[in-house]
Amino acid sequence: MTAARQCWQVYLRGVRAFVRQPAYLGMTLVQPIIWLLLFGALFKSVARIPGFDSGSYIDFLTPGVVVMLAVFSAGWTGMGFIEDINGGVMDRMLASPVWRGALNAGTVAYGALTVVVQTAVIVLLGLALGANYRGGTVGVLLLILLAALLGTTFASLSNGVAMLARQRETLIGAVTFVQLPLTFLSAALMQRNLVPAWIRTVSKFNPVNWAVEAGRSAAMQKIDWGLVGSRIGLLVALALLSAAFATRAFSKYQRSL
Amino acid sequence: MYAAIEATDLRKTYPPGVRALDGMSVSVPAGTIFGLLGPNGAGKSTTVKVLSSLSRPDSGTALVAGIDVLAEPVRVRHAIGVVGQKHGADPEATGCENLVLQGQFYGLGGRELRARAARSLERFGLGEAADRPVKTYSGGMQRRLDIAMGLLHRPQVLFLDEPTTGLDPEARSDMWREIERLAGEEQMTILLTTHYMEEADKLASQLAIVDRGRVVVKGTPDQLKSGLEGDTIQIELPDREDAGRVEALERVGGLGQVMLDGRMVRARVRDGSAAIPVVLAALETQGVRATSVTVARPTLDDVYLRHAGRAFQQAESEPEEVAA
Repeated sequence: MTAARQCWQVYLRGVRAFVRQPAYLGMTLVQPIIWLLLFGALFKSVARIPGFDSGSYIDFLTPGVVVMLAVFSAGWTGMGFIEDINGGVMDRMLASPVWRGALNAGTVAYGALTVVVQTAVIVLLGLALGANYRGGTVGVLLLILLAALLGTTFASLSNGVAMLARQRETLIGAVTFVQLPLTFLSAALMQRNLVPAWIRTVSKFNPVNWAVEAGRSAAMQKIDWGLVGSRIGLLVALALLSAAFATRAFSKYQRSL
Repeated sequence: MYAAIEATDLRKTYPPGVRALDGMSVSVPAGTIFGLLGPNGAGKSTTVKVLSSLSRPDSGTALVAGIDVLAEPVRVRHAIGVVGQKHGADPEATGCENLVLQGQFYGLGGRELRARAARSLERFGLGEAADRPVKTYSGGMQRRLDIAMGLLHRPQVLFLDEPTTGLDPEARSDMWREIERLAGEEQMTILLTTHYMEEADKLASQLAIVDRGRVVVKGTPDQLKSGLEGDTIQIELPDREDAGRVEALERVGGLGQVMLDGRMVRARVRDGSAAIPVVLAALETQGVRATSVTVARPTLDDVYLRHAGRAFQQAESEPEEVAA
């Protein structure tokens, strides 16, 4: 009970900071909007490749960009902890009896909220660009849910790395090192049966790909409940594992004080 | 009297081998202000981190409010308030939001918490600034908010790690009044670290001077000062001298604890002003001319010099404790 209240309060702290700087949302959207417009134009003729299933590349790309955005946005969650460490806020919080899990869960929930707001904007932009959401509202909501779940995993990982590394530069290095390869080793930008076999194999184990394929199925095609359900299950498990890692990172941090 | 803090033989070494605590022991009677005085890097902050359960020692024992810090850190956290060296408040949030979040961390909530936060803001003169983001506060206001946050859950023991560093003189004397009031009216036990002699002298009823991770001497400020008989005489020389040439001073009657430190010679003497001509004459016979001579009543600086074997300022300019 107390733990849930503490999560909620930590979450509210993030929401309040977010509401006070609405311009921040705009800034974080610039990049995915550019992806959608640029990749959409650049790879337009991909849709004409024999064996490409989607009717238009924008249909194919929009869920890919939604998931990419989740990875890129949630990956920076740990920056908040680094600011807290540098400002003395972290040590003050850790000197209190607060449940460590709440410090992670609250910020991760806030990270997931950001992903939901951002992806909703991208979904609408996709619509304006002519994307055809055959899965309807339910399909789109499932896509956003999958993106948010993937986001919670990356948010926890980011928090954990932040607590262990404590340095902005290290976190930036770790995040940028992981983001692009995970995206390109998934079906975010290119259909799986059109990529080299080794990438196909690797992508089976790539959580970004789980979210992309299930999300695309849900929003753009006839919802494949088996695929969507199993991927949601996998992503929930991964989110819990990474939350456990982040929570443990607090005691590692304290041991180094 | 019941000891609210009892730390015995704390040791802690940071990789790659920086010894932060080297047999630190302190005992603080309940309801008193205890000062840990020492230069930067002496181990004061590490002591606070260990006693407040933030950090763990390599060895040693610590009881705070009667609870074993190493065995039951969570219980200790409920019983203590901690005001760290850095500002602990979230700069983006308002003063009120900071206090409410802090209260939630201690299991407080609801209307009671909001009322307590409001009272606390009034008491620390932050009532009007309650709904402003903390980043708009002055240094003194932020420090008062830090203390308000440390006190919100009514702890038995309060740790103040360099509470006035970086404050202007006016804010500092306000802070001193507040700290005295806490110990006086509220019977709180306060462990205060400082590197200001004056602060330790004014606030602490008991004082431990720390150097290189351990206590070098403890007592009341008066005991410590009266342990040094007479005056301090300080002679400035035009150039660095080797010890041999000032040795003559040790033969001057009534002069004790002669110490050479670069171009400075310090010594203790019963009556400073009477000793000046004798001291100057003794130096003259060695061909040493003094640039200036000053005589002072003993200060905690002299106590530090006496027990740590080097001047406080000199220790301050040595490499900092590994920040962590």
